[in-house]
Amino acid sequence: MLAFLIRRLGQALVVMLVISFLSFSIQDELGDPLRELVGQSVSEETREKLRDEMGLNDPFLVQYWRFLGNAVRGDLGTSYFFKRPALEVILGKLPATIDLVIAATFWILLFSIPVGVFAAIRPDHWFSRVAMGLSILGISIPVFLTAIFLIYLFAVELGWLPSYGRGDTRMLFGGWETSLLTRDGLRHIFLPSISLASVILPLFVRMIRSEMMEVLEAEYIKFAWAKGLRKRRIWMLHAFKNTLLPVITVGGVQLGIMVAYTILTETVFQWPGMGFMFLEAIHRVDTPLIVAYLIVVGLIFVVTNTVVDIIYGLVNPMVNITGQRNEP
Amino acid sequence: MNPDTLQIRPDSWRRFRESPVLHSFLRHRTAQVSAAVLLVYLLASILASVVAPYDPWDLTQFDIMDSEIPPAGSAGADDRFVLGTDAMGRDMFSTILYGTGISIVIGIFATILQGAIGISVGLVAGYYGGRLDSFLMRVADIQLSFTTLMVAIIVLAVFQATVGLEFYEDFAVVAIILVIGIAEWPQYARTVRACVLGEKKKEYVDAARVIGLSPITIIYRHILPNTFSPLLVISTVQVANAIITEAALSFLGLGMPVTKPSLGSLIRNGFEFIFSGSWWITALPAMVLVVLILAINLLGDWLRDVLNPKKYD
Repeated sequence: MLAFLIRRLGQALVVMLVISFLSFSIQDELGDPLRELVGQSVSEETREKLRDEMGLNDPFLVQYWRFLGNAVRGDLGTSYFFKRPALEVILGKLPATIDLVIAATFWILLFSIPVGVFAAIRPDHWFSRVAMGLSILGISIPVFLTAIFLIYLFAVELGWLPSYGRGDTRMLFGGWETSLLTRDGLRHIFLPSISLASVILPLFVRMIRSEMMEVLEAEYIKFAWAKGLRKRRIWMLHAFKNTLLPVITVGGVQLGIMVAYTILTETVFQWPGMGFMFLEAIHRVDTPLIVAYLIVVGLIFVVTNTVVDIIYGLVNPMVNITGQRNEP
Repeated sequence: MNPDTLQIRPDSWRRFRESPVLHSFLRHRTAQVSAAVLLVYLLASILASVVAPYDPWDLTQFDIMDSEIPPAGSAGADDRFVLGTDAMGRDMFSTILYGTGISIVIGIFATILQGAIGISVGLVAGYYGGRLDSFLMRVADIQLSFTTLMVAIIVLAVFQATVGLEFYEDFAVVAIILVIGIAEWPQYARTVRACVLGEKKKEYVDAARVIGLSPITIIYRHILPNTFSPLLVISTVQVANAIITEAALSFLGLGMPVTKPSLGSLIRNGFEFIFSGSWWITALPAMVLVVLILAINLLGDWLRDVLNPKKYD
């Protein structure tokens, strides 16, 4: 078990190193930190001297090593646009994005489990057919179109809900501004969270349905029927519990996908989160902010994947923890 | 020409005629409609330069005075523009035709590239196994967890900023195909690898090895054809996904430029005008895009049902 943990953590570390290396190469490629600092007016001589002082003429690997050292201490450079530490800027935007992800996850869990389970138990019921039809329609509509459609319908035509911004927020634990606890905030998060959920929800419904249908075919379910157990007990306790495992793993990966899609959702709704900030940073060529975003998001991906893997390893006795190959 | 091929031809045609795929297709209304829709799309985009009344890439053909004319049937419509015009005065009908072409080209070529990389990696990983296999599959896992959209946004943003916008406009199609093609290889690699692991144990592979065929021949001539059905199924999904990704990138301003718009860039152009009531600039390309993706996905769904190996085992 310990060996499995160490291997997994070691792997996570390697991935983070690769991410930091790639991010740093981007920094090296994009923009000139000196010009951002002093502008165009300084003479070539002073420029060269400053470059030396700032270590910009050092070999690539030396610079990378310095970058890594700073990064570990939480210094990811200073944003050209905001004139503040990049990490601070990102952490300031993080709560908005996490709010959005939480709200979207809420919708996904609320609908995907009952609908998916029902569609598996009663595949020929009209509701299952409609749900499956809607799910393929949902997969086929890109998230930004869902967002635009929702804005057009609820904000432009009906005028029921706001189309941009976060609304009122409330401080939580001293540093966490959340929209989830105020009426106005909830009104604002309604449309963005539904659009974000609309990417993953249909995938989840289909996945839960197909996994559950597969489980329902298994021998032990037939045995449970033969024993004369009650329907509800077989469905919920025997079948559904065993569908959860694959759902957890895929679910972990989907969380990463959701972070990527926040860029689209936040852009459409001008939601002041990380994704919107990243896109603005790209248009402003704010290199330190771009790099910091890559590192933070990379860290989020790596941590969720590692945690999901470890949980999966703990929950599923079939995963071979020792790391030896087993032939299927 | 090898005399064998002449014999195989009529035989394979007969196999096609009697196959469960065709049998099911002739009885499946959704599949027929989807195939018909796709055919129309393909024809329309191939013949775009003939069918379209204007050339949307040539800005001299349009007048900014003609901007935001609504489509036929609404008040203020103009006979010259059946589907109205966009904010630059371009004919929506022509622009959508050309844009659909670009979206389809990117979807297909990106998928071909994904297939080429992914199938090779999957075959090698599955056939040789061992450390190489675990390494390649770990890389695939990691690559997958970062999602194509994310990778594509970053790569295209950096690329655009490095080479400058003018240069980028000329190479946007190639850049997008390369990015989506390279970022999505794990999908194919995983599927192929799983198939190879199953096929490898079968006797025909042993037989091929015993008669002294090289691994390359065994992999490509004997194992690969047997992984065809699952590949066909994921290929449809992949084309749809590639088109969605391209549209998303263009919507963010990192894909096709305004001068050579794909469906995604058209939607982006129109987005700011929905608040002022010019819904058609967004709605028309959006509908065209959704119908295209829906048709591909429905066809893919049907294929999955027909080719589902579990049913025929």
